[in-house]
Amino acid sequence: MNELIFFFNNVIVAGVVLGSIYAVGAIGVTLIFGILRFAHFAHGDMMTMGAFIAFLLMLAFQAMGISVPFLPTGFLVLPIAMVITAIIALGLDKGFYAPLRRRGARPVTLLIASIGVTLIIQGLIRLFFGSGTWNFFETEPKQLIRIPVPLEGVTRTINFTQPQLLMVICTVVAVLALHFFLTRSRLGKAMRAMADNADLAQVSGINTKLVVRVTWIIAGSLAAMAGTMLALDVQLKPDLAFNIVLPIFAAAIVGGLGQSYGAIAGGFLIGFAETAAIFNWSVLLRPISGALPFEVPATLAVVPTEYKLTVAFVILVVVLLWRPTGIFKGAQT
Amino acid sequence: MPLIELKNVVGGYGGAPILNGVNIAIEQSDIGVIVGPNGAGKSTTLKAIFGLLKVTEGSIVFGGEEIQNSLPDKLVPKGLSFVPQEKNVFTSMSVEENLEMGAFTRTDDFRPTMEWVYEMFPVLREKRRQPAGELSGGQRQMVAMGRALMSQPKLLLLDEPSAGLSPRYVLEIFEQIVKVNKAGVGILMVEQNARQALAFASRGFVLATGKNRFTGTGPELIADPEVAKSFLGG
Repeated sequence: MNELIFFFNNVIVAGVVLGSIYAVGAIGVTLIFGILRFAHFAHGDMMTMGAFIAFLLMLAFQAMGISVPFLPTGFLVLPIAMVITAIIALGLDKGFYAPLRRRGARPVTLLIASIGVTLIIQGLIRLFFGSGTWNFFETEPKQLIRIPVPLEGVTRTINFTQPQLLMVICTVVAVLALHFFLTRSRLGKAMRAMADNADLAQVSGINTKLVVRVTWIIAGSLAAMAGTMLALDVQLKPDLAFNIVLPIFAAAIVGGLGQSYGAIAGGFLIGFAETAAIFNWSVLLRPISGALPFEVPATLAVVPTEYKLTVAFVILVVVLLWRPTGIFKGAQT
Repeated sequence: MPLIELKNVVGGYGGAPILNGVNIAIEQSDIGVIVGPNGAGKSTTLKAIFGLLKVTEGSIVFGGEEIQNSLPDKLVPKGLSFVPQEKNVFTSMSVEENLEMGAFTRTDDFRPTMEWVYEMFPVLREKRRQPAGELSGGQRQMVAMGRALMSQPKLLLLDEPSAGLSPRYVLEIFEQIVKVNKAGVGILMVEQNARQALAFASRGFVLATGKNRFTGTGPELIADPEVAKSFLGG
């Protein structure tokens, strides 16, 4: 039993947390692809930027003595960080991508431009914050929640931190809000229409420029949320989300590009797969070692932790061989 | 004054012009049909009206206002709607959502219009929760027309509404178009099934190499031996 709880803490809890971050990031990638038909490579850095904005806001709030009991200040400032990042995302589009679109640039040109934006954002962050790491919980405690399992002989507890619990709640709220926006509101439906058939959306009189703006607002605010969540779970550094932009793209592609629900499914699939792949399965085998015909090695993981990134690609390859447009039928360029 | 009037319209996609002086005038009570050989500029004419390609010379007057080179989101509220030939439904969205998208530019209550569309095409009411991509070709065409009618247009532009449909459905679609026209919507359509379409056209336009060759009522054009010989296959 103790071993199963160890497994639960290390694979299920960690998978839900990582999956939430991937899912919220991948929704932005998939929405931008669905509406603007290009892979927004700078999405990871938009996440990092959002996290740094949240960090600055947290320092400001703490300096002013604003706080809410039981709520880490990082979560308190999250809505403001989301708004600011959404505005910056609109500015990035206006400054870099919109002029290229107006000249009829091909998707690959926009992709290259977004790599440029990546370098700009990372450079700016390093200019102001250096290349060191920062912590959201320098002055506040990161509360650990332990839930004892009421079974005989069980000494381990189910463990997760308070920020982890809050970020899962945030993810659920964000996903539900997005779902209702896309299925109930006029503008949300127009967004789906434009992702489905941009020419017909234009012909129907849908204000496509407005839809593009709304896309950046949603993608920007979700990027800030995903980035801040990641920084709250680990720590803040200039290449925080740049390092996970590949699994996020893998999640969006696995789910079917342009499909928001696919991105969520893909995010959790890759999150769980990564935590399961680096888990030391010997822990589970050891109690039954007597019944096994071989000796249980000290460590038995699919991949070592430092090669975690490969898991996303293996899943990507397998899913695309099985369904070339992703789990949910996605768009093609 | 006609509802829409194209005067010597010249235009194209930037290179050599595809339209070399198209003249079209129809009233709101008319069904106008544009016929002609491949590459005559039939579909291009509709796209020029709808601002989807650049008009370099001539004018397009709709409801007393020059509209050449206006974009669709300005034209739809003025009372102009367009049904493209291909990919004319949002396949991943339900029939009802397709209709709603047609009403995007409206700020008033569009439910009466939706009711009117459902009365015109009863099969759409039955399938309103189904994704439009799952419907048959004929039903998709109805979704496409229904979507275009949701903005309460004065003039409906249809690009080959019978393309790809079986003969049974061709007749049905033409009957629906007449019904829409009787409800007070002007029609301007491009058709490959020239003889069949001209039979109920109150205005017919035969285009070739981007300009008018013959203009008249549908029956007049069918009766004209020269039109029949060169454009209607004898």
